[in-house]
Amino acid sequence: MTTPETTDLADQAGFHHGVVPDVLHTEPAAAPVKFYQVGSFAVGNRLLPLEVRSVQSDPNRTNALTSGHRACQGCGEALGARYALDAAMHAAKGRMVAVNATGCLEVFSTPYPETSWRVAWLHSLFGNAPAVASGVAAAYKAMGRDDIRVVAQGGDGGTVDIGFGCLSGMFERNDDVLYICYDNEAYMNTGIQRSGATPPAARTATTQAVGDEPGNVFGQGKDLPRIAMAHEIPYVATASVDNLHDLEAKVHRAMSMKGARYIHVLVPCPLGWGTASSATVSVARLATQSGLFPIFEAEYGEVVSSVPIRRRVPVEDYLKAQKRFAHLFSPTRRDDVIERLQAQADRNIRRYNLLPQGDSPEQPDLTDQPPRHDPAFTSQTLPTAAEETSH
Amino acid sequence: MDHQHKPFAITLDVGSSLANQTGTWRTERPIYVDLLPPCNQACPAGENIQQWLFHAEEGDYQAAWRQIMADNPFPAIMGRVCYHPCQSSCNRAEVDEAVGINAVERFLGDEALAKGWRLDPPTELTGKRVLVVGAGPSGLSAAYHLRRFGHEVTVRDAGPMAGGMMRFGIPSYRLPRQILDGEVQRILDLGVTLELEHKVEDLEGALAEGFDAVFLAVGAHIGKRAYIPAGESAKILDAVSYLHDVETEDEKPMLGRRVVVYGGGNTAIDAARTAKRLGAEEAIIVYRRTRDKMPAHDFEVQEAEEEGILLKWLSTIKHVDDGKMVVEKMALDETGFPQPTGEFEELEADSLVLALGQEADLGFLDGVAGISVEDGVVSVDGSMMTGRAGVFAGGDMVPAERTVTVAVGHGKKAARHIDAYLRGAAYQPEGKHPVATFDRLTTWYYADAPHQHRAHLEGARRAGTFDEVVSGLTEESAQFEARRCMSCGNCFACDNCFGVCPDNAVKKVDIAKGYAIDYDYCKGCGLCVAECPCGSISMVPEE
Repeated sequence: MTTPETTDLADQAGFHHGVVPDVLHTEPAAAPVKFYQVGSFAVGNRLLPLEVRSVQSDPNRTNALTSGHRACQGCGEALGARYALDAAMHAAKGRMVAVNATGCLEVFSTPYPETSWRVAWLHSLFGNAPAVASGVAAAYKAMGRDDIRVVAQGGDGGTVDIGFGCLSGMFERNDDVLYICYDNEAYMNTGIQRSGATPPAARTATTQAVGDEPGNVFGQGKDLPRIAMAHEIPYVATASVDNLHDLEAKVHRAMSMKGARYIHVLVPCPLGWGTASSATVSVARLATQSGLFPIFEAEYGEVVSSVPIRRRVPVEDYLKAQKRFAHLFSPTRRDDVIERLQAQADRNIRRYNLLPQGDSPEQPDLTDQPPRHDPAFTSQTLPTAAEETSH
Repeated sequence: MDHQHKPFAITLDVGSSLANQTGTWRTERPIYVDLLPPCNQACPAGENIQQWLFHAEEGDYQAAWRQIMADNPFPAIMGRVCYHPCQSSCNRAEVDEAVGINAVERFLGDEALAKGWRLDPPTELTGKRVLVVGAGPSGLSAAYHLRRFGHEVTVRDAGPMAGGMMRFGIPSYRLPRQILDGEVQRILDLGVTLELEHKVEDLEGALAEGFDAVFLAVGAHIGKRAYIPAGESAKILDAVSYLHDVETEDEKPMLGRRVVVYGGGNTAIDAARTAKRLGAEEAIIVYRRTRDKMPAHDFEVQEAEEEGILLKWLSTIKHVDDGKMVVEKMALDETGFPQPTGEFEELEADSLVLALGQEADLGFLDGVAGISVEDGVVSVDGSMMTGRAGVFAGGDMVPAERTVTVAVGHGKKAARHIDAYLRGAAYQPEGKHPVATFDRLTTWYYADAPHQHRAHLEGARRAGTFDEVVSGLTEESAQFEARRCMSCGNCFACDNCFGVCPDNAVKKVDIAKGYAIDYDYCKGCGLCVAECPCGSISMVPEE
């Protein structure tokens, strides 16, 4: 028996992108805010030092997507897009171009002659956003402008299905673009048709709740974060609108890197999912806390961290909250289907190591003493953008 | 826009979606509300607990202390002797454990005494004179508030020291005397006149001295007696006099080697624990019902047990003689009432302390027109006024639960009504907000934070001394504890509404005013309401 020798090319093991760093991140992007009361989970807190507050708590945030857009009440995508682009603008110190695929996000934000975007914003077609973004990045490179960052974004339809070829090409070439997919699990804009991201058993306009296997079929669909990982691009992450601190930290981490990066954000759709407009964040929380939507990060094809479940719930809690799964409970309860979905969640929990760990109880720690009666309530200005260190 | 200056190939002007006022879609609107936190609702002294915890969270302990002082002049005393009904009603108990409000209050009270924080005497005097009869918690509380209203206040007390039951009923291992003295002195420093050993025997005579109003708060100092056949040399005394003598006499009353205390209330516990501290080898509490029926608070029973106090349930004392007594065993009937069983046993004991409740000494009210005494207590109306105009009463001598905190609350309430009475007006309390119930909270946002416990002296060590049993929290743990407050029903600036609005329709105004909804763009989705941790936003229908 011979011991396999370590090749000199071990650090170039990444099959597409050459050099893989010796050390990947070991800590999650979002360092837990060590703060009792609500600091760890809420958007802000008057007692938190400025540097650990979220971008969203800053009254001077970009508001990339401003008021007056035509998204439905409680739109998760509008919320997720503002969260993500405000964080990206913060990281890029305002020097950023956003390319948008067609979809709800484009339609509700930019009907002629108005737009809600307060960032440099470009829209071409449904399927070509990754290619357009690659072109924008190439153009700036040709112009010698390395200070301007490029972000592309789209819904799950434009990303998982229609723009998939362009996206895979962008990944393959390792173009310097951060692509953000807002996943609401169907084509909502055109009337809730199934997409490649629609979960099994969900009712959509094209997967009606009829027959022996009502709703979307099992065994189809694509897990795009894993497909992105298979391209071994520098960074892939999932996030959800129920965990702002994690989402912002991931955008910041992604913006600190070069090359092709991908973030997949869960954004519930009250219309398509059949939830109350006020339940957008709470139903996203049920998705992550049941394990159906795992929150993790991967670098160069390897999972480097995941966000453990804090208060585990059975998938039933998540399903029951949505009318698109109502046929699993009435007129006859479909335990067989619920169990299959629970098995999916259980598999995610095992695969991404999501086992509940609870909050590690916090102990008194006054190192985070803030100024009293923080005058920054109205004029909060975060010192500078996060450090842009090349990974 | 000037078309000349458009970039190449751009032909259209850009308009902002701000032109599209999506607020017209709304059928319900979110509004910010202030609700009554359950702790505030439960506080017999009417403290705004949530508000003072808010200051304590920030480390602004003086502001927190001043907020308590607006309602209660005894934070350090409260932090030791209050039975904290606030904690029993705290919503956090449904998340993990109730916030240790009482411990934080004590920290603030002690901090004030240590730092010498004071209140300024009133600047505008009304010239009205008020007599307060009794320098217990109720009388001193009333005197404090009346003085702050600018009245001239005289407090008369029969005893040699101020404090009433806080001194003569509560042993010093629960309330050290320098704490009591410090908080009483702070009231006197406001310009309140205290006349000790000045028993008011004749109310009409006192009224004739020219007082514009009177607040009666003489307490209930007479121990109830029960008829127990006893031999001549049997040593029997009542708990109230016993505790009083411990406090005032140079030679502490000696009860012998084995002391039996008869009763099941907090006073019985205090008497037994005190006897143990004064050298009794055994102190036994005899009570006719069971532990769960005992009026004494569970933690006091537990502390007594830790100190080696013995408890004898379901027993009544039938006969007392020198050195021993006869006890009859009882059994509870279906209604939970103890019935004699006819089984007797002997108990060795050198003395018997009766702790069977207290009565008010109301002899000085005999013949005072308008004042009616029923069931041993003085009748008062909703403004704490007796049937005699200008004469108010509170504390243990009126029908109510008999605790220091209730007494302090009476003092405050009476002071407000007396002040209004002196101004020829009627005091109208502000309407109370609806209660912030647990179902309004979104507890996801509250991180797990373990309750910070106060250290206790070990039972065996403390039983021999009058050192304080429970020690205070450090600043660190007091602030941690304050930050466990969930701020039920009152905004505490967490930015959640500002963050979760998909329409960017929530504005930050300032720390005092909080947030405002921009109704031009608010679509009424209700996300801010659903994700508000503390339930301080409500949805209401559009008109």
